[in-house]
Amino acid sequence: MSWRRLAILAAMLAAACAPAGAETLIAALSTHRIAITSNYTGDQLTVFGLVEREGRTAARADPYDIVVTVRGPPRMLIVREKERVGPLWINRQQRRFADRPIFLSVSSNRPIDEILSPDAARRERVGLANAQRTPAGREFEFGIGPYRDALIRILEEKQLYSQDERGVTFLSPTLFSAPIRVPATAPTGSYEIEIVLYSGGAALARQTTNFEVIKTGMEQSLASGAHEQPLLYGLATAALALLFGWLATTIFRRD
Amino acid sequence: MQIYLPIAELPISVLLVLGLSGAVGFISGLFGVGGGFLLTPLLIFLDIPPAVAVATVAAQVAGSSMTGVLTYWRRKALDFKLGGVLVGGGIFGTIMGVLFFNSMRRLGQLELVITLAYVTLFTCIGGLMLFDAVRAALRDRKGKPARLRRRAGMHPPWMGLPWRMRFYRSQLYASVLPIAGLAVVIGFIGAVLGVGGGFILVPALLYFFRVPPAVVVGTSLFQILVTMTGATVLHAVTNQSVDIVLAILLLIGGVIGAQFGGRAARNLNVGSFRLLLALLILSVGLRFAIDLFVPPAEPYSVVMPEGTR
Repeated sequence: MSWRRLAILAAMLAAACAPAGAETLIAALSTHRIAITSNYTGDQLTVFGLVEREGRTAARADPYDIVVTVRGPPRMLIVREKERVGPLWINRQQRRFADRPIFLSVSSNRPIDEILSPDAARRERVGLANAQRTPAGREFEFGIGPYRDALIRILEEKQLYSQDERGVTFLSPTLFSAPIRVPATAPTGSYEIEIVLYSGGAALARQTTNFEVIKTGMEQSLASGAHEQPLLYGLATAALALLFGWLATTIFRRD
Repeated sequence: MQIYLPIAELPISVLLVLGLSGAVGFISGLFGVGGGFLLTPLLIFLDIPPAVAVATVAAQVAGSSMTGVLTYWRRKALDFKLGGVLVGGGIFGTIMGVLFFNSMRRLGQLELVITLAYVTLFTCIGGLMLFDAVRAALRDRKGKPARLRRRAGMHPPWMGLPWRMRFYRSQLYASVLPIAGLAVVIGFIGAVLGVGGGFILVPALLYFFRVPPAVVVGTSLFQILVTMTGATVLHAVTNQSVDIVLAILLLIGGVIGAQFGGRAARNLNVGSFRLLLALLILSVGLRFAIDLFVPPAEPYSVVMPEGTR
């Protein structure tokens, strides 16, 4: 009996003995809150996870795969395309993308296309292109493809979208960690983290958690002041501007 | 050193902003222009959201023109009477401009209107001024007077319209109508483009009304001071996009730069003054023209509709 056959037999055995859901995922975040202070330049947090197997479950033939998807707060995004009109290049066409995450990070322990099939990836919204779709996911509008590609490309350049094929590290066969980098330009709000365990292309368990990015201290009071007391805030800024102008003449006065 | 801007929602290098605003402040003090037409595009280039850039620059322009106004006032190079007429017309023009701005935004063509306006306005005004400055310089070299002197009874026809008023400090006796009309146009353009309008006001007062250069700059700054202080408060109330931290940084750089600019202006002769201002305005216009005529490397752009931040 070759090793290959043995492996297949083991897999069949495992499938027979272990009903779906024999594994559970336990996940923890290094922090649930990223605080924006005056010297904030982005932050990093780490997802830790443990695959817990039921006691008598036989080992699976296929190794475990982990995909960690982080979605930032949803926003309406408009993608515009410049076209040539005579000698000019101007914005002509645009497409609206409702409720798209403005931050998206997909980490996995190996390339997504090795973990599951393209069809399954589309169905389960795995990978950048699939994950930025809304859950309703109806995107049959004619000619939207280039706009969606441009959206992903531009946000990737701004480091708001990222995909890391080696972003998840297995510390032991069942213990893993994944660092998540939050750039300074990522918006404030609640971020959803979805961790999915795959083996042999099938999802075995999933776990969701979240963290928030909030302004604190000085940044918080200024931002809320601007929105809650706009007149006072405006008058204060204008007064400050005039004060600075006057101060400069007094300080620099020579005559 | 980086500092996080609470309204723009991104960190920015303190030294970079101080350097930029200092340089723009110097130009502002030198020419009596607000400097908004330089600073706003620069901030947008640094990834600051356009609405925040426009609103915050209004505060910075108010502050640096305050410095300028005080400096020129002390030197008695400011005509409050002429400035008052300009402010009156400017307010009316600003209201008209805001209404036009909002209707173009509803039509979705605001960006194109702004770019086209920048290109045509800046290249035309800059080009005209350059032509005039070069001609004056050539005439000067031939030993003729650089500029035709004003003589009694010799003035452009629009100065003789009804409601003539005496502006002693500007050595001007002219109808209020064309002056207020000019202010309306500048208020309108200023509101649509998000600039103070000094770069139009200064040459217009110089060329159309023959106001002495010494008085032009101070008076123009006075008009900018009043309208931009109002604009700061209006922006804060209507769209909450004034970033006070960015404003303070811009102010520190701007007022210091404007001080040195104001001093340098005294040592600059009229000819080179006009030539430099012409070149500056022309180059901004050409910069916008490049955006319009050169095929873009990335034809797509992603924007968030306003009010969803």
